[in-house]
Amino acid sequence: MIAFKNINKSFGRLKALHDVNLDCNSGSTLALIGPNGCGKTTLIKGLLGMVVPDSGQILFNGKSIYNDHLYRNCIGYMPQIGRYPDNMTIGQIIDMIQEIRQPEKPVDDQLYRLFDLKNMADKKMRTLSGGTTQKVSATLAFMFNPDVLILDEPTAGLDPLASEILKEKIIQEKEAGKLILITSHLLSELDEMVNGIIFMQDGKIVFKKEVDIIKSETGEDRISKAIAKILKSAAHV
Amino acid sequence: MYRIMKYVMLDILKNKILLFYTLLLAILSWSVFSLEDNATKGLLTLLNMVLLTVPLIAVIFSAIYVYNCGEFIELLVSQPIKRTKIYISIFTGLSISLLLAFMVGAGIPILIFAFNVSGLHLIIAGIFSTMVFTALAFLSASLTRDKAKGLGIAILIWLFFALLFDGIILFLVFQFAEYPIEKMMIGISVLSPIDLSRILVLLELDVSAMMGYTGAIFKEFFGTFTGRLFTILLLILWTIIPFLIAMFRFRKKDL
Repeated sequence: MIAFKNINKSFGRLKALHDVNLDCNSGSTLALIGPNGCGKTTLIKGLLGMVVPDSGQILFNGKSIYNDHLYRNCIGYMPQIGRYPDNMTIGQIIDMIQEIRQPEKPVDDQLYRLFDLKNMADKKMRTLSGGTTQKVSATLAFMFNPDVLILDEPTAGLDPLASEILKEKIIQEKEAGKLILITSHLLSELDEMVNGIIFMQDGKIVFKKEVDIIKSETGEDRISKAIAKILKSAAHV
Repeated sequence: MYRIMKYVMLDILKNKILLFYTLLLAILSWSVFSLEDNATKGLLTLLNMVLLTVPLIAVIFSAIYVYNCGEFIELLVSQPIKRTKIYISIFTGLSISLLLAFMVGAGIPILIFAFNVSGLHLIIAGIFSTMVFTALAFLSASLTRDKAKGLGIAILIWLFFALLFDGIILFLVFQFAEYPIEKMMIGISVLSPIDLSRILVLLELDVSAMMGYTGAIFKEFFGTFTGRLFTILLLILWTIIPFLIAMFRFRKKDL
């Protein structure tokens, strides 16, 4: 469904993405993991057209996303740090995005209700805490029933209750057969959610494997332990 | 596109600086027209004020606004909407708001006290000053990510066209006074949007006789219908070209 082909991107002297090739098909929930600054967010922003790669192609359903914008109708994006216009209220932001996307189907307001954003709809974005901003981002990402969900550190900053709500929502969407791409540093919470792991380092993709295969290869039954084992063995070599 | 414009305008019209700008223009124009019996003299005084304040406010306010829009742009870029559309909507929303402030502050008194061709020309000059310097603000904001640098460029652009450019022209005139440079002056004045606006109004005011031989040449060139059309066309180009350069850079910008 999504294919990255020989993507290169540098910011000045820093090489953020180095000849990245990747295929993601619908129905899989993939975790994108790797150390800080390994290019996870750049890769995601490339897919959204927020970062323009120096070379290479990104295909969405077989079509290049370069100079296209309609494909973004099929994507729900939750940024790592949601930045919103200071003077707009939660209600205005949600209304505006709805006006822009003009959904044909009724919107999915499950998270809006569960996060109880209605009572805060008049609050300006400037006054919100980091966690509440994340709730707004999550609500917007899931609102239009997109085929692809891109979640950049979704649970960072959320309280345990909200984090649990979001995780359940992710699992629900996964069961609906959507392509979900999650970046996270909290490997322990990925266990229930993902069925594939993409590991990145220094702007390169080190491996992309099914969770079951990783587990059987390492003999561990938790993702966090399995990844730790792989990293340790890599350090020995 | 209309929807984004609506949000931009709602946001700006609530801004107190814009209200202050409207008030400033209103005080200036009402006091100028009340002090002068002769509406033409009033227009002349107002012309110099308009050509100084309007570009200044337009360039600084727009540059700050474009930088403050960073989050708004970031939010919209991940949505199914073209980048060019986002940029054009912000530009239109911003210039319409600034034009509204100009029309309420200066346009209404001009129409009341000097409802004639000269008055209308002053309004046109004000409209173009706003548009051109809004576009130049977009250009300076597109040149650098650093807000302080971008604002510095914006202020330098204003300083250059409002003050330095006239100095350079004066210098040239004195240095080459022995040569027939009148026709060249036409070419040079095209290089400054403020001078173009000034010429547009001055020639209509019939004070060009005071400008000597150069004034006569100007009158011969800019005074005709084609000359006036040419001036307006140039002012439109002064708006479109900086904006297009800024938009071209924005299309490839990483957010």
